[in-house]
Amino acid sequence: MLDRDCWLVLGGITGLLTLASIVSIVLRLFVRDPGKRPTIENLFDRTVSWWFMVALLTLAMWLGKSATLVLFALISFRALREVVTLAYTRCGDHRTLFWAFLIAVPLQYVLIGVDWYGLFIVLLPVWGFIFFSIRSALAGDVTRFHERAARVFWAVMICVYFVSHAPGLLLLDLPTSGASAQPIVVGYGAKLMIFLLVVVQLSDVLQYCWGKPFGRHKVVPRLSPGKTWEGLVGGVLSASAIGAGLSWLTPFTWWQAGLLAFEVCLMGFFGGLVMSAIKRDAGVKDWGTLIPGHGGVMDRIDSLSFAAPVFFHTVRHVWG
Amino acid sequence: MIAAAIRFLTGAHGRWAGVAPVASDDSLPQRVYYANHQSNLDAPVIWASLPPRLRRRTRPVAAQDYWDAKPLRRFISKRVFRCVLIERKRVSRSCNPMTAMEGALSAGDSLIIFPEGTRSLNDDGEMNEFKPGIYHLARKFPHLQLVPVYLENLNRILPKGEILPAPILAAVTFGPALMLAEGESKASFLARAKSALVSLASQDPDPMRRPRPEEPSHA
Repeated sequence: MLDRDCWLVLGGITGLLTLASIVSIVLRLFVRDPGKRPTIENLFDRTVSWWFMVALLTLAMWLGKSATLVLFALISFRALREVVTLAYTRCGDHRTLFWAFLIAVPLQYVLIGVDWYGLFIVLLPVWGFIFFSIRSALAGDVTRFHERAARVFWAVMICVYFVSHAPGLLLLDLPTSGASAQPIVVGYGAKLMIFLLVVVQLSDVLQYCWGKPFGRHKVVPRLSPGKTWEGLVGGVLSASAIGAGLSWLTPFTWWQAGLLAFEVCLMGFFGGLVMSAIKRDAGVKDWGTLIPGHGGVMDRIDSLSFAAPVFFHTVRHVWG
Repeated sequence: MIAAAIRFLTGAHGRWAGVAPVASDDSLPQRVYYANHQSNLDAPVIWASLPPRLRRRTRPVAAQDYWDAKPLRRFISKRVFRCVLIERKRVSRSCNPMTAMEGALSAGDSLIIFPEGTRSLNDDGEMNEFKPGIYHLARKFPHLQLVPVYLENLNRILPKGEILPAPILAAVTFGPALMLAEGESKASFLARAKSALVSLASQDPDPMRRPRPEEPSHA
């Protein structure tokens, strides 16, 4: 799955991480200001976690398509656990949840594995929506039924359906899956996935890097105090520039890659914003504690869940 | 290995709030862990959340009429978890549920009990009244530490009457140990034990009733 170009990008990421590790270790050794300590400890934890996440993803992609799909299925599974745990459900939702966790998650990724684009794209939004609603109604508990059904469906869409569009890019390797007569993305599935993941996660990191020192004006103060205009503009523009610079990995020209990266970064920002709104509504700060420094799995993939489907469909319609 | 599987299935890990798992001099205190009861997974989850040293000396108390009724249940309760099975239906002087529990405590084991006596079917996690057994144990064994253990979300993972679990995340909170006060009455002790357990709830199960954070503090 990984050719020379992919390894070059992964090598670059390793270099970046090494740099980040050196910086965070130096800060940890020399900054003694107690007010700044929590931020620096958090930065250190984040960097360590990044090493693990990059290693895990690299290993999965090196092993091949099946391993990559298993990894993303586990990510979806864990994120779904975090989101459903914080939602209000009743005993009447139990069978629905069983289907969501143990049938919907594996099935969605199996469909990528067997290259079944037609069902992959409608399984959860159409069949899932209808089936889950019926299953919950059959349980006969009407207390806040609409809210409960909506929460379960939202969780499935965000954690499973949207996230599955990242490895779903492998489906674009099929010459028949797209809209255009002469698809130029065939053979680029894995590279497009790396491009998407690198840009969207770098955008998060760069928004943090710009926002921490320069952030003054909050974008939506009541919702997320960490998201500032300075961080947004600086992070999105610099990550888009990196995306343009990565055009050699993709079938696109440099400005096409830059525009796509811009779209991905913007959607990533909004994904984080929407998930922040849900967290505030549930009265929590993070989705979980699995990844030290980051929070839960959902905290790490909130931007990906919005960026992946938008990137997928843009690429598919224009170049696929 | 069974403990690890239970922890993976339920995402549970013990949160020790106001009580240390093992005493500071490394001795193993004899305890009765008492918890709210919502699911057949409750006792396994508490058992799995204990550090291995404590786990080996801790036995769940379970209903004989249910856990001794079928071969599989009997195997799970007797072989896997070494349950203390007690009679709840035909209680008589010769068949007193307290005798079995007292026997296990005299042998130096710790117990896991559910003072509500049965699983509560309440969707919003409200508890039934406590049965008096816990008071009698505390009176008979004055050195016992009574540790409240609040379980959350297990009624969502495996509600009463279901066989297939929905793998959301459970929370297990161990609270400060209680002791029976000098001359404390049964009613007041049971009320104190119940409120100590309720106070461990980390959050209202219904997000609509949870307080909103005034000043959000994170990206």
